[in-house]
Amino acid sequence: MENIGLNHFLFVSSVLFILGLAAIILRKNAIMVLMGVELVLNSANINFVAYSRFLGLGISGHINTLIVIVLAAAEAAIGLAIVLNLYRLNQNINVDEFEELKN
Amino acid sequence: MSDLLIKLSVASLFIPLLGFIVVLFLGKRLKKLFLFEVVLLGVNTLISIYIVIIKLAYFPAEKFVSEFTWINFASFSKYVPAVQFDLGVMLDNVTVIMLFVVNLISFLVHLFSIEYMHGDKRYSRYFAYLGLFTFSMLGIVLTHNLLMIYIFWELVGVSSYLLIGFWFEKWSAANASKKAMLMNRVGDTGLLLGILILFTNYGTFTFDKIFEQIAAGNLPFGSYAWLTAAGILIFMGAVGKSAQFPLHLWLPDAMEGPTPVSALIHAATMVAAGVYLVARVFVMLTADALLFIAVIGAITSFIAATIAFTQNDIKKVLAYSTVSQLGYMIMALGVGAYAYAFFHLVTHAFFKACMFLGSGSVIHAMHHEQDIRQMGGLRKKLPITYWTFLIATLAISGVPFTSGFLSKDGILLATLAFGNLTGHWLIPIIAYSVAGMTAFYMFRLVYLVFWGEPRNQHKYDHAHESPAVMTIPLIVLSALSVFWWYSLNPIDPSNGVFLEKVKTPNSIVPDVQRFQFMINDKAEKIGEYITHSELYMETLHHFHYTALLMSLVLAGLGIFFATYIYIMNKVNPDEIAEKIKPVYLFSLNKWYLDEFVQKVFVNSALKFSKALAWFDLNIVDGIVNGSAFVLRNISAIGGWIDKYIVDGLVNFVADMTSIFGRLFTQIQTGKVQNYVLYAIFSVVILFTIIKLF
Repeated sequence: MENIGLNHFLFVSSVLFILGLAAIILRKNAIMVLMGVELVLNSANINFVAYSRFLGLGISGHINTLIVIVLAAAEAAIGLAIVLNLYRLNQNINVDEFEELKN
Repeated sequence: MSDLLIKLSVASLFIPLLGFIVVLFLGKRLKKLFLFEVVLLGVNTLISIYIVIIKLAYFPAEKFVSEFTWINFASFSKYVPAVQFDLGVMLDNVTVIMLFVVNLISFLVHLFSIEYMHGDKRYSRYFAYLGLFTFSMLGIVLTHNLLMIYIFWELVGVSSYLLIGFWFEKWSAANASKKAMLMNRVGDTGLLLGILILFTNYGTFTFDKIFEQIAAGNLPFGSYAWLTAAGILIFMGAVGKSAQFPLHLWLPDAMEGPTPVSALIHAATMVAAGVYLVARVFVMLTADALLFIAVIGAITSFIAATIAFTQNDIKKVLAYSTVSQLGYMIMALGVGAYAYAFFHLVTHAFFKACMFLGSGSVIHAMHHEQDIRQMGGLRKKLPITYWTFLIATLAISGVPFTSGFLSKDGILLATLAFGNLTGHWLIPIIAYSVAGMTAFYMFRLVYLVFWGEPRNQHKYDHAHESPAVMTIPLIVLSALSVFWWYSLNPIDPSNGVFLEKVKTPNSIVPDVQRFQFMINDKAEKIGEYITHSELYMETLHHFHYTALLMSLVLAGLGIFFATYIYIMNKVNPDEIAEKIKPVYLFSLNKWYLDEFVQKVFVNSALKFSKALAWFDLNIVDGIVNGSAFVLRNISAIGGWIDKYIVDGLVNFVADMTSIFGRLFTQIQTGKVQNYVLYAIFSVVILFTIIKLF
């Protein structure tokens, strides 16, 4: 069996990024959009760790990953708060319904 | 003393102006205010009597001048010298006598008008105008420079215009005032040119300064011709105002004004302004100018006398006799008899004013009938008017013991001497024939108006003597037509009180340009004819009794023929008129001069105006309209370009912006997910571009 290399990690993270992006673009539910954002962030985390491992950069990639996780937690908290307020405003959280930026 | 006299004379100049302003603006409200004007003139007359007595009795030889600088122009290039305009008054014997004459006659006319103009709807305005006229006339009399003469000259013209056209509702009166104004304009143009010749050369308007320069041999433009021209041009002003041939036509028409106005302006004072002006510049007139003046005066007096024969309007006869007598005065100045000319001016002013006021009295009594064929026998109804009129008529005819005899005889003698010494015999011949004609037509007038049987019984029955306010002026004026005021010797005035005060001034023209007889060749001789030669004096003495006799015979003949025809009825005047019909019609129609002027000047002026109007209408308007048409079309093209090209461009830009804007708003959906999509696409495209290039 062939050794698992950098490309494998990159491939997984790419798939994960595409899925996250697709979720952000296509899902109507705001919570699903937030989850898409988490997927994108995690694909970036995988990249950090993978590059750190295969390019011999020590643990700087890991530290960055930790920062991103913390950021993601904060972002999730704020995002959920926004979603909650949107719900209170419009009795739903369908992102298509919020188009005040139009024109 | 001189200060006081100057102050009084200036006061007497402005008092009538005060009356004019007050009565003009307040007269309509206060009906009795015209009396203010009359009283002012009365005061003025008293002032002038005081001035004339003091001046003539105590300062007969002095000349009082008071002047101040009005405008001072600095010289601003070497071609334009510094110029100073002085205003001022000058009092000499001639001035104070004129001051008195104008004021007295003006006052008497005011007095007369109270009754004559009674009930007129512009009663107070009439008195205001009289005040304006008196002011302007006194201005001419008192001033010491040509500038003020010209200003007051025009003011006199204006007041004359206002008074001739006083009854402007009447077509003929409005026309007469227009005619007077226009004819005077012609003369005034000459006057202005003459003044400007002198001013250009001497830089001053003051008489004495101009005369000083001429006496110093400083001629205008360095030639005698210009000096003569200046004299004749200034005389042209007098031709207009003193109604000399060929500008005399306005004066008979001016009889359309109220009769007292005719007495004041068109007989006694305003028309004398011209004579007065010529007398003022007399010393600078060259021999040529004097001869020209004498000839014009002679022609005028002859034409007017022949016309006066056949006129039937009482005022027209008097008007032509005025023109004739003015011609006499001008002629007298022309032949160098300055003192007699001024003498005749004064005596004529009194007796002609008397006659005009007398005719006013007759017209008033006859209820505004002026045709002498409707009168007759009035001497019983109007005794005072008759007697005063008769005295004035005797005076103008040159009957002894009247003022007219003294002055007229002097003029006739001077013309005779002039004819003898220079060979211009036409002038004395005309002068003597006019003397006889004057006596004839004046007595014809008296006989037709006052003698014989009434020809209009109805009007005769209603005639009545005028009230005292009208007869007193007549009495005063007729009293002044008697000899003793002027000379105690009723035959020879040369040593009389008047000629003692008024002397012919010494001409300042260089000897070569003067009549030989007017050069004083005996310097130490002091006397009346100081400016004239010994030969002239001898000629005067030589002809003295001849002249006297001839004038008496001619006056007597004139009176005799008038009596023969109109009283004794030996000859029917109509038959004579029938026999010499062409001559009669020639005289009756005033030598066809009006028609001549109408045909030659008025019609050609009208034709010229019509041609100009045609030119204006077709050529000038055509040019204007053509340029308007062209401009309009150019503008239309410009408008089209503006509308379709410029606006089109602007709108096109706006429309494009709007279209693109509308296109791009389609992208802006407001949905955040779309934006993310766009961002991803953009990144992809960006990467592709970077990768490819």
